[in-house]
Amino acid sequence: MITQALTLTLRLAVVVSAVLLALGLPLAYWLAFSRRRWKFFVEAIVSLPIVLPPTVLGFYVLVAIGPLSPFGGWYQALTGHSLAFTFEGLVVGSVLYSLPFAVQPMAASFSSIDRKLLDASALLGASPRRTFWRIVLPLGLPGVLTGFVLSFAHTLGEFGVVLMIGGNIPGATQTVSILIYDQVQALDYTTANRTALLLLALCFALLTILYGLRRRSAWNVWGWK
Amino acid sequence: MECLGVEVSASAAPPLNERLSVRIRKCFPGANGGPSFTLDASFAVYAGFTILFGASGAGKTTLLDCVAGLQTPDEGQIVIGETALFDSLSRRNLPPSRRSVGYLLQSLALFPHMTVEQNVQYGLAALNRSEREARSREVLESFRISTMAGRRPGEISGGERQRVALARALVTRPRVLLLDEPLTALDAVTKTRIVDDLRAWNQRRGIPILYVTHDRDEVFALGENVIVLEAGRLVAQGSPHDVLHRPQSETVAQLAGFENIFECSVIGLHPEQGTMTCRIAGSALDVEAPLTRIDASQPVRVGIRAGDILVASAAPQGLSARNVLAGVITSLRQRDVTVIAKVNCGAEFEVHLTPGARQSLHLEPGTRVWLVVKTYSCHVLQESR
Repeated sequence: MITQALTLTLRLAVVVSAVLLALGLPLAYWLAFSRRRWKFFVEAIVSLPIVLPPTVLGFYVLVAIGPLSPFGGWYQALTGHSLAFTFEGLVVGSVLYSLPFAVQPMAASFSSIDRKLLDASALLGASPRRTFWRIVLPLGLPGVLTGFVLSFAHTLGEFGVVLMIGGNIPGATQTVSILIYDQVQALDYTTANRTALLLLALCFALLTILYGLRRRSAWNVWGWK
Repeated sequence: MECLGVEVSASAAPPLNERLSVRIRKCFPGANGGPSFTLDASFAVYAGFTILFGASGAGKTTLLDCVAGLQTPDEGQIVIGETALFDSLSRRNLPPSRRSVGYLLQSLALFPHMTVEQNVQYGLAALNRSEREARSREVLESFRISTMAGRRPGEISGGERQRVALARALVTRPRVLLLDEPLTALDAVTKTRIVDDLRAWNQRRGIPILYVTHDRDEVFALGENVIVLEAGRLVAQGSPHDVLHRPQSETVAQLAGFENIFECSVIGLHPEQGTMTCRIAGSALDVEAPLTRIDASQPVRVGIRAGDILVASAAPQGLSARNVLAGVITSLRQRDVTVIAKVNCGAEFEVHLTPGARQSLHLEPGTRVWLVVKTYSCHVLQESR
């Protein structure tokens, strides 16, 4: 039971943080360097999941992926089943829910890069793409790593959105946090304690590794600043 | 020097003798309803050093940014050789990456996470590996930084960083090089050596080098050609000698080293003698200056170099000089081998003497003296609009 939930949770976290890496990098780059006037609007949308109750986000995602919405209907026509109460549905909800945890550290570290370095890169003939891979990404790597690990850890511990979208189907949508809830409901405190400790240890280990890595002097490329 | 083996291509190619011509206008609205600033400059420069001189805020960096493509002018044209980089009429505006302009930013902007060699090779992505390495080896040698190829910018000295930035800009073989006060932080010896290496490099390349500075010593040390910018407008261009010989604007006057600048009104024109009489404002002191084409009803400024003034300890007679002004020394101080005297003649003059002259004339504060100034040492300056 617990192995099944743990495997599912880890699988979800890996998929979600990978999707967020692919989605977050261009979004963070845009937020850091764009001079559009309506940038603040996008910033507000990206940050929304931090303050929104998971039930609110979960509810609207559930409506959006349900067969009555255009997106849900299109998905059902394509695959023959609804996104609601499936692993794929969980991925969609979790990506939205963890978005700020991936994008904000990335955007913060990108915008701390001296813009003169980007000018210098362009003056040496580099395309924006080359500038991103050779200058922005290496210098912003600590922030990218933070965003990746935070979105991973945040997905591990998520509860409300998963409950709203996925329900509680063992093997399909029952994550560790839902399992703990289930065990407490059944008054099985001993098992609940074991499961909870496992999740606690896992998240703590991840964050320790992250902050330990960031302390290492190898990240400090600004020796003369 | 014996040259064996394969000759590197840069030394084999004939100099380009490029020409850069700029005619641009860019207006900045004033912040918070303040006065607006307009950069309006038009000039052409050829292979070799051109000094772009002006006070801070005169628009020097904006001008370079426009040539490099980091800023876009409102209208005008920027052309290297036959290639238009910017043309407001045909709506052409090449991005910085396609302009072939080398630009040394004031901060140098070396990539901190790359070694010296990686920095230098950054602009050579289009070449194959062996060509890239040959070119970078050549430029590292020209600028004497081969020994630090494997180090990062954080691990080398300020002068070495300047050399790396120069090498990185030049290795791509730009058609124009822009330098934004890159050497101001360096001591004179380090600076001279870097400039000598840059000159040697450009002997073979023949590109225009536009060098921005607000330091007037650099103008004399480096300039073959000077452009003076004042409040966004070009006020003088020519060899340092030509520009400074007959200064007509205040920036040039400061550049030429006028220690004495007086607000004056023109009280008499004498075309038959080729002179005019100017009265120093707030005094009854008149000086004779060469007749200059100006609007005599407007106030003018008269500039006199402190070294052009003679000091006499008795009233001089039988002189060709038209200006003999009686006064009293108010202070004397020595800097290196120059004695700086302040003399009150009704207006305060600064006069530079040698320590020997001070001794033989027994000059002390309070000594009565006569100042002698030739008409042609009085330079009438135009107020630039």
